[in-house]
Amino acid sequence: MIRALLVWAALGLVLAVPLAVAATSPLLQWRSPVYIAAGLAGVVGLGLLLVQPLLAARRLPGLTPGMARGAHRVVGLALVTTIVLHVAGLWITSPPDVVDVLLFRSPTPFSVWGALAMWAAFAAAAVALFHRRLSLGPRIWRRLHAALAAGVAGGTVVHAMLIEGAMGTITKAILCALVLLATGWLLVGKSFR
Amino acid sequence: MPTSRLSRRLVLASGGALLATGASGLRVPARAQTLAPTPTMRGGANNYRPGAPIVERIGGGGFWMTGTVRRAGDGVPLPDQRIQIWAHTTEGHERDPQSHGATLTDANGEFRLEMPQIVPAFGQPHGHLAYDSGDFETVFLRPVMASAGDTTLQADFVLQPA
Repeated sequence: MIRALLVWAALGLVLAVPLAVAATSPLLQWRSPVYIAAGLAGVVGLGLLLVQPLLAARRLPGLTPGMARGAHRVVGLALVTTIVLHVAGLWITSPPDVVDVLLFRSPTPFSVWGALAMWAAFAAAAVALFHRRLSLGPRIWRRLHAALAAGVAGGTVVHAMLIEGAMGTITKAILCALVLLATGWLLVGKSFR
Repeated sequence: MPTSRLSRRLVLASGGALLATGASGLRVPARAQTLAPTPTMRGGANNYRPGAPIVERIGGGGFWMTGTVRRAGDGVPLPDQRIQIWAHTTEGHERDPQSHGATLTDANGEFRLEMPQIVPAFGQPHGHLAYDSGDFETVFLRPVMASAGDTTLQADFVLQPA
């Protein structure tokens, strides 16, 4: 019981602190509400990338396997939503910059990683949603979903680390390291059979 | 194998000759005579607003955008050239009209325009500059500051006659 509380408290902390640091960044005073919301949607999305592998591994205490699976679906939907809000908010803020990113002709290298991670996330969600309609066997679609998820985590971490923005350097690095650890631990440890 | 040694000697000799030519300084005067034009940078034209007015300074100032404008080929400094400048600053987004202004180069082909502090936006602290007056080919630049704490940013133009 105490262990469960500690795990959930630790998870809440590593998600809340980077978000709090970003939400109080001095840069925000020079940004419009839409731009601020777009940036914070990205921070929330990064945090969800830590929750997803923990749910998939059924490692969060107090959840039955069925609850964990359901939560993984809800969080996946939330992740897609944060990506859409992130891109849409940035588009409203500066349309030509976002068009450059989506056409892979942006001068900023981090944006390429963000765009790749976005498409990988959409594809991972599509595979999970439509594997029956696509008549993919359980082994195939889980491996496909896991490979795409690894791309989402890796691409997002590179994207986030290269950005000079509202996130704090240290809290961002810690959250990114945890995302990579959780994802790697799940993929290597479970070695999707 | 004699043929192999011959070919290796040939490669070494021609490589050495190339190196000697490069090191002899032949390239240095040649480069001065054929100064290459500055290419437009990717994303340089983003949030460009044609016809920004020539201003004493943009907004409250505190930050300096500086640079030079020279002619491609001979590198002659170009006076009275209009350079347009915009950025995401403490006083507005790139798209906002008050974030835009223009200035002219002096007799030495140099320009400096005071503007509000540039702050990181879209992942990098960066500015935008344009030459778009028509006598030379249009160039858009997007220099990135080495540090967000910098209070100056330099961008140099080498223009190709239109």
